[in-house]
Amino acid sequence: MSLSAHLPALQVVLPLLSAPLAVLLRHGGFAFVIVTAGAWAAFAAAIGLWLQTGEVGVISYHLGSWAPPWGIEYRVDRLASFVLLLVSGTAAIVLPYSRTSIEREIPRDLHYLYYAMFGLCLAGLLGITITGDAFNIFVFLEISSLSTYVLIALGRDRRALAASYRYLIMGTIGATFFVIGIGFLYLMTGTLNIVDLGERLRSVPDSRPLLAALAFITVGVSLKLALFPLHQWLPNAYTYAPSAVTAFLAATATKVSVYVLIRFWFSVFGETLITPKLPLPEILLLLSLLAMFAASFTAIFQDNLKRLFAYSSIGQIGYITLGLSFDSVSGTTASIVHLFNHGITKAAIFLLIGGMVFALAKNNAVPPAPTFDRLAGLAKRMPLTCFGIVIAGLSLIGVPGTAGFVSKWYLILAAMEKGQFWIVGAILLSSLLAVTYVWRFVEVAYFKPAPEGTTQQEAPLGLLIPAWILVIGTIWFGLDTSFTVGTATEAALQLFKVGQ
Amino acid sequence: MSSGGLFEHFTYIVTVFLMVAGLYVVISRGNLIKKLVGLAVFQTSVYLLYIAPGKLIGGTAPILAPQYTVYSNPLPHVLILTAIVVGVATLALGLAITVRIKETYGTIEEDEITAADNAVQATEDAKS
Repeated sequence: MSLSAHLPALQVVLPLLSAPLAVLLRHGGFAFVIVTAGAWAAFAAAIGLWLQTGEVGVISYHLGSWAPPWGIEYRVDRLASFVLLLVSGTAAIVLPYSRTSIEREIPRDLHYLYYAMFGLCLAGLLGITITGDAFNIFVFLEISSLSTYVLIALGRDRRALAASYRYLIMGTIGATFFVIGIGFLYLMTGTLNIVDLGERLRSVPDSRPLLAALAFITVGVSLKLALFPLHQWLPNAYTYAPSAVTAFLAATATKVSVYVLIRFWFSVFGETLITPKLPLPEILLLLSLLAMFAASFTAIFQDNLKRLFAYSSIGQIGYITLGLSFDSVSGTTASIVHLFNHGITKAAIFLLIGGMVFALAKNNAVPPAPTFDRLAGLAKRMPLTCFGIVIAGLSLIGVPGTAGFVSKWYLILAAMEKGQFWIVGAILLSSLLAVTYVWRFVEVAYFKPAPEGTTQQEAPLGLLIPAWILVIGTIWFGLDTSFTVGTATEAALQLFKVGQ
Repeated sequence: MSSGGLFEHFTYIVTVFLMVAGLYVVISRGNLIKKLVGLAVFQTSVYLLYIAPGKLIGGTAPILAPQYTVYSNPLPHVLILTAIVVGVATLALGLAITVRIKETYGTIEEDEITAADNAVQATEDAKS
């Protein structure tokens, strides 16, 4: 068999192998090379899988040649290949960035461990996306979560430790809820393969264990994806983690959890007798609207730029789940597009903030927190950084010509298709909140005079180039939507074909 | 089987009791170590949830031999072996973070940590 037939396995194995190698090498530079190589190889594999799914639709890969449902199956459909591209692509950009970024944030003798954890986290996230086995999802979920807790705890501020601990408690409760739900499904059907589960559950009558399974899985995954009001762990975790970690997590971790939710709602519970009787879309609609307004409103009053955009993330997750709550092809398409667009937009913002605090650090000291009083008049000294944040901020608002506009446009179309025009109004109103918090940054950075005697220069190129690749990405995907919307539509159609 | 109703669901009752007790400890205790103990109990209850239904009284490992006719399902055991590893790793990491928190904050009581954080926040706000 040729190499391309084994891409699904290589997708996970390459980054997974890079992590222990990084630990064995015990050297920051070598670890960097090997984990980055692993991430780029994973990105190449994701591109290959995206091309393959474009031709054949669904790839089913049998690990160890054991046929499903007995063996573990790796299953790549259009949606999975799209999320794989987002995760591995972000890692491929963030890793070169971390080379410079962690110099001032993490003690040098710990660098190799940082890269090892990053490799593990990447492998876990890719594994969640690609696997077609429910218990396997739990294992990969915990691989990525455990490495994420370590990555957050590497932040220099001691509050990073408290944030990491809180995330560990919340994340473990979420993952355990998830595995309880899987347990119920296994007791009912005797299978763990997702496709097989979906088929067998069709004949399971509307029963209480099925309801319990759906509830446990939904709540467990919602904790991981920071669905309002289960988002309490997120703001501190994003604020105090090292810059590169924040950017990577903001673009991938919550998005992969959304993917798990979509996978279970459509592929497992989609055809059960119980789903039509439950007000799931209504609950999700309510929570999404609350997230869009409450979290964006809270963002306005934050003094720390990182925390501001962390709250913005919770609000933006609201848009993603809003699309799902429409329970239609167009709504799901909008969700999937926004999942991607928000991923690259938020990664760009957090990378630029990382460059900003790097340059603000005096004499190679630990970078300070990006509070607004430190940002006065910054646009004169860091024009590229500030302009990048403004462009990505416009994408958060949804200004035409940016990626954010595309996803909001499709969300509004989906709402109108449902005939719910008040939701259109809600989307536009909550965008005004985004205008407010982005404007706070613009006002301080562009219109306030800089304090006397400050001489910081622009962030180094090693930090600016990766960030600007993503900024250009937000404009590119705002103008040329054939890749994002095209793939998302195909993915949504695949999901609903299962659901019919 | 009305007479054995309670006994029939014995393992489930134990499982649910452990589950709820563990979760309650996580939520109600402010001590970081006690929270982890609760979390461990909560996770352990899930092991029971998987293992107990897979075991048949009198069943053996699934070995094809003429003298055995009743087999237990081995798959839950394998799954839970993995889950135990995950649980141990989570507990170890949680304890490691608690050690670091004790080193930097000087306490492992949640309310004191929150108070210390709020104090830092207040001085930062006062500066700006």
